[in-house]
Amino acid sequence: MPVNYYIFVALALFSIGVVGVLTRRNAIIVFMCIEIMLNAVNLLLVAFSKMHAAVYAAAAPATVTGTGIDGQLFVFFIMVVAAAEVSVGLAIIVMMYRNIHSVDINFLNRLKH
Amino acid sequence: MGVTQILFWVLTVLALGSALMVVTSRNPVYSVLYLILCFFAISGHYILMNAQFLAVVNIIVYAGAIMVLFLFVIMLMNLNASVEPQKNKWLKIAGAIAGGCLLLVLVAAFKDADIKTQLVQTKDGEIGLINNLGMALFKDYVVPFEISSVLFLSAMVGAVVIGKKE
Repeated sequence: MPVNYYIFVALALFSIGVVGVLTRRNAIIVFMCIEIMLNAVNLLLVAFSKMHAAVYAAAAPATVTGTGIDGQLFVFFIMVVAAAEVSVGLAIIVMMYRNIHSVDINFLNRLKH
Repeated sequence: MGVTQILFWVLTVLALGSALMVVTSRNPVYSVLYLILCFFAISGHYILMNAQFLAVVNIIVYAGAIMVLFLFVIMLMNLNASVEPQKNKWLKIAGAIAGGCLLLVLVAAFKDADIKTQLVQTKDGEIGLINNLGMALFKDYVVPFEISSVLFLSAMVGAVVIGKKE
């Protein structure tokens, strides 16, 4: 597959995530849309890593074997950070629900006053 | 049109459609279930590019752990009643237009990129296998790997401290 198909798929996923963050008021759904954006970036990183592997395999076969492996390790670290972020973020949402009995982000305007 | 192209388009339609359903569905439980479907489609893309380790990790970490955490929170807080108030309709339209403009600008910027005809290696290539990734992870990236364990510990302590009752 040409790489621009993967680029456009990842851009569409990222834009869907942005639209969700901008339009939804439920804090949990906003959080899920952030996960969609992270996954769009992951998909694009894997696609570029396989593209570089194809380029170097065509240019110099059997001399460069590990090209493109950095992109996939970056995806792994992004998943690690996303797991940590989700655990802390959901704890914050639970605490917010316990205090104001809602997860509507329209009620989260106390920092304005 | 080969099998790879057909699988690519099926997985793409599945991922984009379920992502749209995450944004548009009223009930948060349906959003979580569609998000799981979206993550499975993205894992299918990884398998199609022969990134087997990332496909398995994506299913285990995202569809397995993170989504169960979301479902737990939604069901424990009894949020599945879809009580989201419909206050400002123009705000939703403005958000959709803003996201569409972002998509338009990015697509127009990448439409004529130089790399657009470079082929992505599908169904062959060895770099996504766990043998090569594990060697690179424990040789070149061992310090970030250990630091991420500290990050996990601090995230766990933070979640417990934030989530406990006063």
